[in-house]
Amino acid sequence: MANSNKVQDNLTMMKKLLIFSVVMFVFGYAMVPFYEKFCEIAGINNLLQPDKLVKDMEVDTERWVTIEFDANTRGLPWEFKPLQRSVRIHPGEPVEVMYEITNNSEREINGQAIPSYSPRFLDKHLRKFECFCFTKQVLKPKEVREMPVQFVIEPSLPKELHTVTISYTFFELPVGTPAISEK
Amino acid sequence: MAAVHGDVHGHGGHDDHHPTGIMRWVTTTNHKDIGTMYLWFSLAMFFTGGFLAMGIRAELFQPGIQILEPELFNSFTTLHGLIMVFGAIMPAFVGFANWQVPMMIGAPDMAFARMNNWSFWLLPVAASLLVVSFFVPGGAAAGGWTFYPPLSTQGGLGVDMMIFAVHILGASSIMGAINIITTILNMRAPGMKLMDMPLFVWTWLITAYLLVLVMPVLAGTVTMLLTDRHFGTSFFNAAGGGDPVLFQHIFWFFGHPEVYIMILPSFGIVSEVIPTFSRKPLFGYSSMVYATASIAILSCVVWAHHMFTAGMPTVAQLFFMYATMLIAVPTGVKVFNWTATMWRGSMTFETPMLFAIGFIFLFVIGGFSGVICAIVPIDIQVQDTYYVIAHFHYVLVSGSLFAIFAGAYYWIPKWSGRMYDEKLGKWHFWLSMIFFNMAFFVQHFLGLAGMPRRIPDYALQFADFNMISSLGAFGFGLSQLLFVYIMIKTIRSGEKAPDKPWDGATTLEWTHLPSPAPYHSFEKPPVFKPTVH
Repeated sequence: MANSNKVQDNLTMMKKLLIFSVVMFVFGYAMVPFYEKFCEIAGINNLLQPDKLVKDMEVDTERWVTIEFDANTRGLPWEFKPLQRSVRIHPGEPVEVMYEITNNSEREINGQAIPSYSPRFLDKHLRKFECFCFTKQVLKPKEVREMPVQFVIEPSLPKELHTVTISYTFFELPVGTPAISEK
Repeated sequence: MAAVHGDVHGHGGHDDHHPTGIMRWVTTTNHKDIGTMYLWFSLAMFFTGGFLAMGIRAELFQPGIQILEPELFNSFTTLHGLIMVFGAIMPAFVGFANWQVPMMIGAPDMAFARMNNWSFWLLPVAASLLVVSFFVPGGAAAGGWTFYPPLSTQGGLGVDMMIFAVHILGASSIMGAINIITTILNMRAPGMKLMDMPLFVWTWLITAYLLVLVMPVLAGTVTMLLTDRHFGTSFFNAAGGGDPVLFQHIFWFFGHPEVYIMILPSFGIVSEVIPTFSRKPLFGYSSMVYATASIAILSCVVWAHHMFTAGMPTVAQLFFMYATMLIAVPTGVKVFNWTATMWRGSMTFETPMLFAIGFIFLFVIGGFSGVICAIVPIDIQVQDTYYVIAHFHYVLVSGSLFAIFAGAYYWIPKWSGRMYDEKLGKWHFWLSMIFFNMAFFVQHFLGLAGMPRRIPDYALQFADFNMISSLGAFGFGLSQLLFVYIMIKTIRSGEKAPDKPWDGATTLEWTHLPSPAPYHSFEKPPVFKPTVH
């Protein structure tokens, strides 16, 4: 009855399966860098890297597009606003707009801006060369800073779109964290 | 390890003097006791989740907000899903595995009897966390049973309790799966080859492998949620560079195999019941085994069909669409095999057989609506509508649950030594069948007409179908009380069951053991003579 071989076999099997479970737990975590790499290679979700400058982009002078600018903060005592509410341009024309942030508090704060577009697929037609969202922003107490965004909306933008919105939200980064794009 | 060691050795008779009363159940390492506890626990959770379902359908009985505030309604749908999936369906199948796997392969007990006890006793802890979370400030988790961030990174204490409960349930499932795999691989009666095993054992072996494959991934996902919530990580938090869509990928990498974890054992039960009551061996045994394995493998590469609208490249959508539709092939093999088993068999229609045939009929409907949902352009239309609700209730209620009923009626004579009341069993089947379809068939129409899920109110044009659905749901819920009555009546005063009440049964528990099965069975391995498949 007492078959110690069998018990040993069972324990060996349990060990193997436990190791396998731990490997799968780690695999769950491994999906995070894998996903990031995959998105980077496939060019998905590429919000925080500058695009390559295109010298001679064709300008579609046939139509006008209004670009509205929006600015929000979440959980940090900053005032954040675009210096112009909107611009009206031809697709293909380079645009530069200025945003202003003010640190209203008495402490130094690190912030990171995350862009968001409406309509959502605007990022497929948007080339951004310069943006304050590419790096983290460190503001001393009461500091005010003006920051540019340079981009172009490609003429491939669907014809039926006349107004698009570019929005930024500043989030606080704990002191010492690198900006997302520097990771 | 000493406990495990001792248990495997310890059949010298001394543990026949097991403690009595409550301590018998707390300390038991007997697979039959533990199986029984799993089944009762699952029944209790089935009624808890059912109560939530009744609340949901009562709210949806008429347009407007009547009895549940939207926030509480959301908690109801969330906890209904979690409790039914993790509390009712999964433990029921583990209960079946505990009772049946050792008896069907001629083993004296599970491989790790003490660990078996732990896996069970984790469940009530997790279940209490879920239920108590309704009463903490902020209420229970309300972001859907899939707990997508950002809702799940924002909620209150209830969400933490849910996360903790999922951790515990995951640990329990992993331990259970390890136990089942080891038992099946190492403890079969001499002479029983893998391809001689009853199909229920095969489906559980494959299910257990799926469990150890994906449960740790779920544990990882909820751990990430937890650290996002409390320890400043940003896996899913866009502000810190995370991505909520990443959560959906990791969750469904677990979640899709999970739906097969909930259906493969029911394939196993049906594959035992259909041949018994057709008095013919199962048609295409080896193709059944291969089909089960293919379904399990395919289930790991189709997860993104749950997130076609979350945004992904067209190539990926096409891959996941075709891979998903491919699953219909091995599933079709199974359905044709069951049908071919019945073909020209001397069939009788006792309650287990009725539930098994009902299973085939309704599961095929759910399978077909699954293929429809797999088609990307249609899925974009029906995503998050009642069409999806109808689809997965056809595979989970009339699929998994009906198979559980079939199994319960089929094996209760062996477990209790008493026969159930055939007439009442048939009543239970027909009431369940009619009310189930009344509750869920109309939801296809609601979904196609655009009624979104997880919303406590709806536009007026959906009113009639919702009322029909609610009436069906109330009827279905009440019919399940009949099941409890039948089971209690059987155990307390059912007619004495013969050792082999089903003349078509061929597996070891019927041919080699008396009814009720003795507390310790197969302490001496049985002589196994393989049948030719």
